[in-house]
Amino acid sequence: MKKLFVVALTLLLGLGLFACNPTTTAASVTELNWNIGAEPLTIDPTLNGASDGGDVINQTFEGLIREVNGVISPGIAESWTTSADGLTVTFTLRDSKWSDGSDFTAADFIYSWRRGLDLRTASEYSWIWEYTNIVGALESIYWTDECDNGTEICTVYNDDGDVIGIDHSDGLDDTTGLTQDEALDAVGISAPDDNTLVVELLQRTEYIVSLLGFYHFLPVKQSAVEADPDGGAWAIDPALVVCNGPFVLTEYTPGSGLVLEKNENYWNAEEISLTKINGEFIDDDASAYIAYQQGQLDVIPTVPAPLITALRAVDEEFYVFALLGTYYANFNMDDPLLGGNAKLRLALTYSIDREAICEALSAGQIPATGFVPEGFVDHTGADFSLTAGTYGIAADDSMYDEAVTLFAEAATELGMTVAQLRTAVSENVYMYNTSSSHQLVGEMMQASWSTNLGVNVTLENQDWATFQNSRKDGDYDIARGGWLTDFMDPAGMLAIFMEGNAYNDPNYDSVAYNTLMAEASAATTAAVHFAKLYDALDVLMADMPIIPIYYYSDILMVQSYVKGWGRSVLGTIDLTKVYIEGK
Amino acid sequence: MLTILLIATVTFFMMHAIPGGPFSRERPLPDEIIAALNEKYHLNDPILKQYFDYMVGLATFNLGPSFRRTGFEVEELILLGFPISAKIGLMAIIIIILVGIPVGIVSALRQNKPADYFVMFIATLGVTIPSFVVAALFIYIFAGVLQWVDAFGLERPSSYIGPVLALVGYSLAFVSRLTRSSMLEVMRQDYIRTARANGLSRFKVIYKHALKNALIPVVTYLGPMVAAILTGSFVVEKVFTIPGIGKYFVQSVNDRDYTMIIGSTVFFAVLYVIMVLLVDVAYSLIDPRIRLGKKSE
Repeated sequence: MKKLFVVALTLLLGLGLFACNPTTTAASVTELNWNIGAEPLTIDPTLNGASDGGDVINQTFEGLIREVNGVISPGIAESWTTSADGLTVTFTLRDSKWSDGSDFTAADFIYSWRRGLDLRTASEYSWIWEYTNIVGALESIYWTDECDNGTEICTVYNDDGDVIGIDHSDGLDDTTGLTQDEALDAVGISAPDDNTLVVELLQRTEYIVSLLGFYHFLPVKQSAVEADPDGGAWAIDPALVVCNGPFVLTEYTPGSGLVLEKNENYWNAEEISLTKINGEFIDDDASAYIAYQQGQLDVIPTVPAPLITALRAVDEEFYVFALLGTYYANFNMDDPLLGGNAKLRLALTYSIDREAICEALSAGQIPATGFVPEGFVDHTGADFSLTAGTYGIAADDSMYDEAVTLFAEAATELGMTVAQLRTAVSENVYMYNTSSSHQLVGEMMQASWSTNLGVNVTLENQDWATFQNSRKDGDYDIARGGWLTDFMDPAGMLAIFMEGNAYNDPNYDSVAYNTLMAEASAATTAAVHFAKLYDALDVLMADMPIIPIYYYSDILMVQSYVKGWGRSVLGTIDLTKVYIEGK
Repeated sequence: MLTILLIATVTFFMMHAIPGGPFSRERPLPDEIIAALNEKYHLNDPILKQYFDYMVGLATFNLGPSFRRTGFEVEELILLGFPISAKIGLMAIIIIILVGIPVGIVSALRQNKPADYFVMFIATLGVTIPSFVVAALFIYIFAGVLQWVDAFGLERPSSYIGPVLALVGYSLAFVSRLTRSSMLEVMRQDYIRTARANGLSRFKVIYKHALKNALIPVVTYLGPMVAAILTGSFVVEKVFTIPGIGKYFVQSVNDRDYTMIIGSTVFFAVLYVIMVLLVDVAYSLIDPRIRLGKKSE
């Protein structure tokens, strides 16, 4: 028996001894240790639809342009010109190479973009083409062929999306009569020669150049993609992957991490000082933060939530960025009471304390005094949100008195006493999807309304899938909502409240608003475009179909010896010009 | 074989019954794109066709592509992750057996003495403190404060200590308690008293007669425990960033990663069945009353 103890002890001690071994991996000053966070679903630019995948793709691929900290600089495109009518954008590509040494040509963009537009690729983010206004893009991404005639076998669904049978289709789009390939051929993108890429637009689109820098539009190499018939594996297989960005993937371990090394064939390779990036998939905020403190990690995208407030106050390595997105509550505009009186909605909007909510959430959120966050620049170079103003929405509790007055006025307009209106509004339910932070927001709003207006709404939570259905079907009174945009034009935020938009959850339907938004998108000059958007925002904020609560934010911790890093306004990290100094 | 088939079938239909699908996103995808994704992954086939296709795949060890990790086949992910989970698991199992059983025996022989109280106190702690607390405390103290080990990964041998300890905790405590109570039970049996009365030494009685019988419930527990520990733990793998398969059991359900849900469930079931089979074999080695291949008279 003693023997067994000795064996066990030796084993334990043996393990312990290893712990005392000194670290042998000497940190090189051209290596960066970066925590990516949870493992991305994919790092294939065309298939990717998530920000963590985008963070990796931004290092391994290069699009027409590169946007860092809001500044657009040439990428694979050396320069570009827009025709006088704004409908044709011509990009001149520089001579560049893929990481395997082959020449990069404009045809590579055509291949990549057709792949994204093709429904058979099933790219999650293909809907982004909707916002490009590129000729024929919509007809490709939403190509539909009902199962009603023809010879090709296809599946028939009922309205709930359940399969109810097999029928035959003709393989032609029901509206355009085109096959899928013909629809792709009709898209307004062309490559007259190896260095020229032409994009044809349905209407002037101010943000088109910045949008085409988004990860969905980054080029992939046909031979690499086709080397793997199942799709997606080529991007994570160092033997197959071919990149054109500053770094190239050399190792990939599922559940563990990846290694990127400098791409010697990158067009701007002489400006890259990092030789290697070790990307980790550490999913646990606390473990990653400890590794960061130890110096094992140089860049981490999250920290444990309880530390955020303290870090924000004192730590110079801790950064908070506003994201281009807003967290809000939807009013059901089809509800006779809530949808029927703007003053009532304004009263409810004014009587919450956004600063208190953000402080309680303590993840760096910014109180939302409007629907459009800061960060969009208008035609004059001014910030759209700051120029538009707050429409009376306060970050703190300073509009509470105004709210009480508005509530009383609303009661008069509705032909009720204040007490009657209180009772009527108290019958409403605030609905959110199950999560402690959504609950906290709900509880704080509930408490504010109760103290300020004497209104006692009920809270209700549903699981995510059920909640999405309720919200989409208008089966709610007040429901939480959120929207993040993908391009630097406030139209991307405001468009969701147009009639018929899939994300118009309040079912807001204002003729004035719809008209102004349509005019903004058809505008041929930037001045008109923004003037219409400002007017549209005026209408939206007067009707207030939502309660703006906070602007989404992002955090990042970067060691002080890491210099030269950047970040796109959409939140993607850029490590291209990173160098290590003083480690 | 029938068991596995049954498990795969039940899992298949249960997972299709839960709301949501592999393409539920924070920002809902347009219907056309969902339809295209369903088409790509054959999720729009009638459910029975999907079921039979899947069963044919299962029979040929082709578990299909993972929805959560584009470009990976489920069997590929399991084969990559299992050796890592199993390596840590095996270390944990060795410690559980080499420490848990002797401690249980000693504790039983010293019943109601200070050594027994001490062991049982520690064992009760071990059973009640969940592995995520052990793991988080370990990381905080040894990686954070003392900086003796890395906070993530398995690059150095010392990185194995934390995950092994976190895995060992509950089962070690449980095995020692089980050994203790089973040993006490056996020691009260008549045949032990007879053996002692016949003049056999205390040592011989304990190791030759009592222990063999006392180990039967322990071996029964060890079988499923080995299957569970070898397949890793969600918590331990998340906290220590270990590329094992433990996380797939939880993540795949959250992500509605259909192929991975069945793949990991069936893999665990197979391992479980094998371990139960091995337990039966072990019985015959320990207990003279059980003999394989011979019908009792």
